[in-house]
Amino acid sequence: MAPPSANRSGSNKRAQLGLFAGYLAAGLGMALGILLLAISLWRPETFNGLRSMASDAAAPVGEVGAAGRVGSRNFFEAIAGYYDAGSKNAELEEEIKIARVKLAEARALAQENERLKAVLSLSDGDVSPITTARLIGSTSTSTRRFAYLSAGRREGVEPGMPVTSPLGLVGRVLEAGANTSRVLLLTDTDSVVPVRRATDNTVAFAEGRADGSLRIRLINLGINPLKVGDIFVTSGAGGMFHPGTAVAMVSEITDDGAIGQLLSNPAATDVVIVKPVWQGELIDTMGDPLANDSEGAPEPEAEPDQAEE
Amino acid sequence: MERLAPSARRDAYGSKINRAHSPVLAYGVPWVTTMLGSLTPMLPIIAPAPILPPLGYLMLLAWRLARPGVLPMWAGFPLGLFNDLYSGQPIGSSILLFSLTMIALELIELRFPWRSFWQDWLIAALFIPLYLMGSALFSGAEISLDRLPLLIPQILLSVIAFPIIAKMISLLDNLRLTRVRRIR
Repeated sequence: MAPPSANRSGSNKRAQLGLFAGYLAAGLGMALGILLLAISLWRPETFNGLRSMASDAAAPVGEVGAAGRVGSRNFFEAIAGYYDAGSKNAELEEEIKIARVKLAEARALAQENERLKAVLSLSDGDVSPITTARLIGSTSTSTRRFAYLSAGRREGVEPGMPVTSPLGLVGRVLEAGANTSRVLLLTDTDSVVPVRRATDNTVAFAEGRADGSLRIRLINLGINPLKVGDIFVTSGAGGMFHPGTAVAMVSEITDDGAIGQLLSNPAATDVVIVKPVWQGELIDTMGDPLANDSEGAPEPEAEPDQAEE
Repeated sequence: MERLAPSARRDAYGSKINRAHSPVLAYGVPWVTTMLGSLTPMLPIIAPAPILPPLGYLMLLAWRLARPGVLPMWAGFPLGLFNDLYSGQPIGSSILLFSLTMIALELIELRFPWRSFWQDWLIAALFIPLYLMGSALFSGAEISLDRLPLLIPQILLSVIAFPIIAKMISLLDNLRLTRVRRIR
């Protein structure tokens, strides 16, 4: 049976007007939507304040969830640990033996490294992190790849700062609210990171593909020297990311580079580290490309590359 | 003495004696649940690709299909704005798509005033892909045509999730119409 409908106004003048007003209001809302969409596509930073306020307000929900995510994972891991405990024990003892040898080697290397650095009179490259925080959520329904971080301006987080996990680079801060900030993940299509192969100086750009993998585009075209399994680290070009942070591993070779899998999968990281911009002064003198555009990161480097296309 | 029929005193929404519907619940529940659905990005899932169904939109669809008139036609604007604040889309994209959905559903209802589960699901299965593709188009991300398969898992998941959401909404509708207000 058809339900009684408010759409049938009949000859009732008031109902007719009400129906008309409804369409008018919805149409106005739509027009306003088009206007706002045009503004936010043209100037993506226009509504940043509004958005950070909103995510600040919802942050407590996210924090509880993030703690739960870590907790539940530990819970299942604890259960899984009871299975194959014996074989695991033997495996671990073997591993410890190897690790002791490796440790000794590493100590020797560290000593040598120190000596060589002293010779070159280089200062230690360690950077003190701005803060550590949790990823409390991500835009899991949108084709854009943003994550929400549980630290904001109060902890000293500023837009542009790289976000890393112990496994590698996660992304960079796009906007900072009071208690939360929005992070542009490496897999967003607007994210471009200058990288180099860890073993030599094959330089490339790692661009997001929105599906958890990165497209690695070589700068010097020619014979593709990449092999499956190559590791890429940040090169430090552009002055934003500290050089030597792990980014991706090559999983598939393409014509102009490769497809890489992200090394530091944000889904598996609970605590991330916010680091200061590597060469902040340098970027400031280049006219603050960050403030203008959401895809600002390695702008000066990215442009000649895009011109090649 | 004549006995009253049992349904005269009680129905699915509780006792009819001395109780009435609460306007706050009756009008508030659709808005609040849709807004809670829009908070999906605050779920502790850091997704490497778009995968979760857009719960805010599914709830809007389900409410509009289950109870026409509970959400006014202009509801697309405030609910879309709230959705945009969290979804990571540029502000305006959900406002536009939510408003369009409300208008389109009104026109569909004018043409097909009947209701059935299959018809609702069919409408949802038509609107969800359009919404997700529209969102991808307006997102500002550089998604070329050959990358569109990226959306397929999310579209399928959302279409399959719709009946579950619709069932949830019908349970929430019972809550919405529960007689909680005491008449003195």
